[in-house]
Amino acid sequence: MESDYAIEAEGLRRAYRSRTGWLRPRLTTVEAVRGVDFTVRRGELFGLLGPNGAGKTTTIKMLNTLLIPTGGTARICGFDVEKQTREVRRRIGYVFGGDRGLYDRLSALDNLRYFAELYGVPARDQRKRIAELLELVRLAGREHERVEGYSRGMRQRLHIARGLLHAPEVLFLDEPSIGVDPVAARELRQTVANLAATGTTVLLTTHYMAEADELCDRIAVIADGRIQALGTPAELRSRADGRRIVEVEAYGVPDTALAALRDLPGVRETAVETRGALQVLTVQSDAHVDIQGDVLRELAGIRLGRVDSREPTLEDAYVTIVGAS
Amino acid sequence: MLMVGTLMHAKHLSRSPFEIAISLVVPVVQAVLAVYLFRSGGEQDRLLQAAVGAGLMGVWSSVLFGSGGAIQNQRWQGTLEMIMMAPRRPVVVILPLTIATGITGTYSLLATLIWGRVLFGIRLDFAHPYAFPVAAAVCIVALGMFGLLLASTFVLMRNANALANVLEYPVWLVSGMLVPLTVLPTWTGPIAAALPTTWGARALHEATTGGPVWPSVAMCLAISGLCLALGAAALTVVERRARVTATLALA
Repeated sequence: MESDYAIEAEGLRRAYRSRTGWLRPRLTTVEAVRGVDFTVRRGELFGLLGPNGAGKTTTIKMLNTLLIPTGGTARICGFDVEKQTREVRRRIGYVFGGDRGLYDRLSALDNLRYFAELYGVPARDQRKRIAELLELVRLAGREHERVEGYSRGMRQRLHIARGLLHAPEVLFLDEPSIGVDPVAARELRQTVANLAATGTTVLLTTHYMAEADELCDRIAVIADGRIQALGTPAELRSRADGRRIVEVEAYGVPDTALAALRDLPGVRETAVETRGALQVLTVQSDAHVDIQGDVLRELAGIRLGRVDSREPTLEDAYVTIVGAS
Repeated sequence: MLMVGTLMHAKHLSRSPFEIAISLVVPVVQAVLAVYLFRSGGEQDRLLQAAVGAGLMGVWSSVLFGSGGAIQNQRWQGTLEMIMMAPRRPVVVILPLTIATGITGTYSLLATLIWGRVLFGIRLDFAHPYAFPVAAAVCIVALGMFGLLLASTFVLMRNANALANVLEYPVWLVSGMLVPLTVLPTWTGPIAAALPTTWGARALHEATTGGPVWPSVAMCLAISGLCLALGAAALTVVERRARVTATLALA
């Protein structure tokens, strides 16, 4: 039953049905994933990128057996996720970002002991395996403390240790670096890279483009429940070839100014990222058109910070792909 | 797996400030209620029976809210998905949780008896002192198995607490934990006979006041076994259903 691929998804679909109201119940169906096809080779580090609500987590939950697809099929190491659930579960690990997913009132050691038992790690191997993982995630010496006293970064590392207890062939990492400080995020990336180097297949979802660019062998961009682009980071970056980026830091940009930027000749995409009071405007244009002067003219009278003109990055390519979907 | 799972869940439950507060207050309230209820009825000689019945009500509440509450808590903590996606049969995953709630509920039985002794001077004079701990252990196991059957519903329902609230009083009333079954309407008889809690409560009352303890214990174990088999089958169906309806996670 072994397959060349660690993950195979064919026409994967998932709809959620919900009912509202008692007297006149109304059924609503939302299609979260609308036919996703991709394969991941054994030992590959594969990224799944997309905006919120794009269908990343739903796709992962269908692959890791937590949700039954409403259409299509998926296999992990050759085993069907719907019909051979237990075979799939023996081969996978699942780690998600955030504070949840651990027993807060138990120590890290008790959490790992319990999950080791649950995931079928033989009793004679448990002590050694737990010690190895505590070393790997640098929690050795803190394992007797209750998880409720752990920082976000420590919890995240414990999550990873939990996900690796049974040495899974495929590891699903769903936004593992969310809310983690930059130093902890860098350590996390190193841990993930080491895992892939030792042959574990990793499927990673993240919002951080730099993380995906640094780690992933291939990336799929998902939006509106469909794969919009798939390739190596370099291939995806080339989607923004022939473009130039003007990035402007500004404060209090009105919607009318943003609309005016979009209408400038040669402008292909615009995006705004808000960081507190600061807005970072990214304007993509055709490379042969110099729009910096036009952009600054449209923003006249608005308080500006740094203005930069540069080559496109993976993030710009991502904005292009998602914007076109 | 069952032992480690039960130990960890019991440890986790017993460290909850809410559970600790409830465990301290509820047995006192129940002992007071039971004793005054029986005193006002002029049944001074049955105070021990009242205390045992009140303690049993505490165990039932612990199992009911423990099973419903624990599954809901696992959902809130994000651990329900983690434990249900383990490569184990769902019954092996959930049973330690419900047994753990029975074990933490044992405290309620003991505490009610101790408060009855301290506050009201009830003499702990059991008719079958050796059969009492056996009947108590069987009763707790039975409640754990019954909790397993209920847990299958709780896995499916996002609002499990609502069902737990509805079930608390009818079950202890129909099981004869405090009020004798003979004073209840006859139509409750078949329901009472099908509940393991009825036979567990009867075994405990017989160990306290005298009577044939072992037939009740045997009946309690038999119904518990049935609950285990039904609970295991129901959990397998419900686990699949929860994956279809996406109710393992909070949202």
